[in-house]
Amino acid sequence: MGAVMGTFSSLQTKQRRPSKDIAWWYYQYQRDKIEDELEMTMVCHRPEGLEQLEAQTNFTKRELQVLYRGFKNECPSGVVNEDTFKQIYAQFFPHGDASTYAHYLFNAFDTTQTGSVKFEDFVTALSILLRGTVHEKLRWTFNLYDINKDGYINKEEMMDIVKAIYDMMGKYTYPVLKEDTPRQHVDVFFQKMDKNKDGIVTLDEFLESCQEDDNIMRSLQLFQNVM
Amino acid sequence: MAAGLATWLPFARAAAVGWLPLAQQPLPPAPGVKTSRGDEVLVVNVSGRRFETWKNTLDRYPDTLLGSSEKEFFYDADSGEYFFDRDPDMFRHVLNFYRTGRLHCPRQECIQAFDEELAFYGLVPELVGDCCLEEYRDRKKENAERLAEDEEAEQAGDGPALPAGSSLRQRLWRAFENPHTSTAALVFYYVTGFFIAVSVIANVVETIPCRGAARRSSREQPCGERFPQAFFCMDTACVLIFTGEYLLRLFAAPSRCRFLRSVMSLIDVVAILPYYIGLLVPKNDDVSGAFVTLRVFRVFRIFKFSRHSQGLRILGYTLKSCASELGFLLFSLTMAIIIFATVMFYAEKGTNKTNFTSIPAAFWYTIVTMTTLGYGDMVPSTIAGKIFGSICSLSGVLVIALPVPVIVSNFSRIYHQNQRADKRRAQQKVRLARIRLAKSGTTNAFLQYKQNGGLEDSSSGEEQALCVRTRSAFEQQHHHLLHCLEKTTCHEFTDELTFSQALGAVSPGGRTSRSTSVSSQPMGHGSLLSSCCPRRAKRRAIRLANSAASVSRGSMQELDMLAGLRRSPAPQSRSSLNAKPHDSLDLNCDSRDFVAAIISIPTPPANTPDESQPSSPGGGSRAGSTLRNSSLGTPCLFPETVKISSL
Repeated sequence: MGAVMGTFSSLQTKQRRPSKDIAWWYYQYQRDKIEDELEMTMVCHRPEGLEQLEAQTNFTKRELQVLYRGFKNECPSGVVNEDTFKQIYAQFFPHGDASTYAHYLFNAFDTTQTGSVKFEDFVTALSILLRGTVHEKLRWTFNLYDINKDGYINKEEMMDIVKAIYDMMGKYTYPVLKEDTPRQHVDVFFQKMDKNKDGIVTLDEFLESCQEDDNIMRSLQLFQNVM
Repeated sequence: MAAGLATWLPFARAAAVGWLPLAQQPLPPAPGVKTSRGDEVLVVNVSGRRFETWKNTLDRYPDTLLGSSEKEFFYDADSGEYFFDRDPDMFRHVLNFYRTGRLHCPRQECIQAFDEELAFYGLVPELVGDCCLEEYRDRKKENAERLAEDEEAEQAGDGPALPAGSSLRQRLWRAFENPHTSTAALVFYYVTGFFIAVSVIANVVETIPCRGAARRSSREQPCGERFPQAFFCMDTACVLIFTGEYLLRLFAAPSRCRFLRSVMSLIDVVAILPYYIGLLVPKNDDVSGAFVTLRVFRVFRIFKFSRHSQGLRILGYTLKSCASELGFLLFSLTMAIIIFATVMFYAEKGTNKTNFTSIPAAFWYTIVTMTTLGYGDMVPSTIAGKIFGSICSLSGVLVIALPVPVIVSNFSRIYHQNQRADKRRAQQKVRLARIRLAKSGTTNAFLQYKQNGGLEDSSSGEEQALCVRTRSAFEQQHHHLLHCLEKTTCHEFTDELTFSQALGAVSPGGRTSRSTSVSSQPMGHGSLLSSCCPRRAKRRAIRLANSAASVSRGSMQELDMLAGLRRSPAPQSRSSLNAKPHDSLDLNCDSRDFVAAIISIPTPPANTPDESQPSSPGGGSRAGSTLRNSSLGTPCLFPETVKISSL
């Protein structure tokens, strides 16, 4: 009899949680758990004003508006973290593994080493890369290659970068990627860049060598137009 | 997702600047930007619906998007309005927050969509008003649970995929845990279930009194004593099977200590131990009493069914998870029993020939009354006893009914979770296949474009105009990026088919036998193209052999194979353009020597940088497009047929 009453009342309360007195402390425990989760909501970051950004970068107001709208849509919290970078790159280069290169890129974008890229950092870097002078672009690239930011590029750092780029190609390439292809590539690069053959490339050597190479100079003009 | 990706395109292109110093070849020129992609200033407002409000209203909350200067980014000077490309229905709630100060949660919307809107407009979820807060939290928790289930199911759903080269132990364990993975496991599963049932039924039937033969009809014997041999044999067989199963599980378990401590293994042990103890213990009367007690434990074999029935497991799990409610129930019952038993004892103390001889004796009466059983073997006779007896039965109903709904709702929640998990697992394969298909669409779009000769900026423009489908500006830029990466690394993207063919060319000896068997197949396709150089036919056969080998690799590759079959006539059409790779591939095909094959592979990298573009195979590849992407246009089919007839 008691069981019948119990099931009857339970059928009525099927939609809602059982009333307060019995399971109340049970429910309270669940609430506290949720509160902890809600406290970890995203940090919201708002960028500086439009005029300031226009003054600091080489973009027009319109371009900044477009950039920001897209950025805000994708990252409502206003900052990009490394995982998002990796995801974005994975979608652009689905053939291979773009995460390593994305990691190095992220470190190059995140100049203050905070672990997240705000819209200002994003736009500043884009401004250099797309609208900057040759000198600025080369300097940014040098900064990208210099993984530990000590002002010199040595063979290991270059090897890491080249390996990361080759990883993006993926497995299915023609001709078949071999083990020492990255190493050969690095050797060629060092032969060209390292003027005094001391095993490391400094910023000046890098700038000089790049400016001597016509291919590179021409390619640097490729990415002028963003939109 | 293409819309979201387009946002990041400038970033991806800018990051490509990092490849420039490394590129050993000149990078291709960028596609011309036709129109300014920019501002889609459609109708101003939230997706077309105009909302008008005072500026002061918005300024009330300066730390949100609408209240701060951040909204200037969304200002459109031409129409003089702020445009947001968001859901207008949700925006209504956001705006009402500014007006009334209370954020309400819409009942009929998805809670996650609502969360996303809040995040966009810079409102923290804590601002949800008290009237809607509880429901918001409930729904959010439900959602989170469901998402966690999804992830778990995805990870656990990889169960059927067994890593190659697993030991016997691992395979055995998997067979035990998931009986539907192999037929042998399934057979074993049903056999053990059958024997459990047989054993339980035997135990039950043993005690039924059999009508004995005419001579012994005075004393009725239970069947167990009439046919001791038969029952003993049956018992032995069952116990042997159970012992074997237990030992096998013990052997296969990845962590034996944990297995020994688990509930199911304990049940197994308890089920078979009485038999062995009965064997070992000699049959004398002193010990037989204890021996009989041990037989009781044989009934625990019925718990072994819980491996076979999911419902039983859910019940057990529910009871475990409702432990607090059950504990409360037990505690309150105990309290009530003691109280009422004491009262009834003292109320009935005076009566002679009363059943209520002590308080513990009154416990029985209280329990029977509170659970509304009412056997009637103990009844109060005094008036006070009757009054208290009725109060006892009424309170019994209440005390028992209270925790039951909690247990029931827990059970139903867990049960439905399981139902959902089962359904999801069943649909998992289809879902995964569909997702893979969608992904392969984007991956292969570039390869398809390459083969369509889109990367050639040479004079063969008309075929291109016919066959290269018009791509959006975003796709143009994306393909340009991929092309730049190819130039930087001096390697090209290919698909799995050509890759395995290039690899397969290293060991041509193993392939020849298969190639002869499928040599009949290409004739159907080869007849389209009249030129039948035997070398080319062999290469085609090898390619088909490789494609046949790759069929076993799953559903996505099936499409590749079909496309590969269609694509195989390709190299034959534009022989002049194909001169260089044709030679190199021939080199690979003809080399019998393993060493020679390895040496031959490095030559292509020397070759390919010289030719500026990858070869355009021309007509044959068009047909592959219809198989891959439904979005690839049919206009490509007609040019193909035209071209082939012109050969």
